[in-house]
Amino acid sequence: MIVKVLFFASCRDIAGCREKDWEIPEGATVGDLKGRLVAVYGGLARLRDSLAVAVNTEYADDSKVLSDGDEVALIPPVSGG
Amino acid sequence: MFRISKDPIQPDDLYRDVLRDCNGAVVTFCGVVRDNSRGRRTDYLVYDAYEEMAERKMAEIGAEVERRWDIGDIAMLHRVGRLEIGEISVLIAVSSPHRPQAFEACRYAIDRLKEVVPIWKKEVGEDGTSWVEGPQPVAEGA
Repeated sequence: MIVKVLFFASCRDIAGCREKDWEIPEGATVGDLKGRLVAVYGGLARLRDSLAVAVNTEYADDSKVLSDGDEVALIPPVSGG
Repeated sequence: MFRISKDPIQPDDLYRDVLRDCNGAVVTFCGVVRDNSRGRRTDYLVYDAYEEMAERKMAEIGAEVERRWDIGDIAMLHRVGRLEIGEISVLIAVSSPHRPQAFEACRYAIDRLKEVVPIWKKEVGEDGTSWVEGPQPVAEGA
């Protein structure tokens, strides 16, 4: 199945794009996808412990199981205001 | 109103949104682009946001504030794109029958925004260009 991964701020600089469709196996979790992305984009490793993930615009734990068509955003520590 | 905007923000942009005849206080907070950060010169900032989620999270903060304090209304506006020194990056307005609730609620709303709303600032200055990650410590008494 395919999910859409969104990259923001430093994550976008590392990935070199704002979004990318990503194929994942059935039953894959947020944590699985995060691990895969860190493996592909080595620059994300620095952020791994502080990187939050949102699924369909809501913060999600590593244990959340993903579904086909989900929008998954990598959220580095926020700095608005 | 909870919105991300590319347009310049004026200090009174949300004033009329929250004004009610039954409320005697309106508190507004403006976050303004500063010319320095951690002792180094800043030339300008670039803000990025996950707009759809940011607007939703700001609305959630608004709902939380309305549950916790007896306020009239609350509105939040955050700008994205390139901002020059002195321009407003974030504006929050809160109305309430009496002043304590509006002050407390406005303080809470900006603190919470800095914790959970997916917006990022990139500093461009004498140290080059870098994304700020996480809230910056507020100096004692600042």
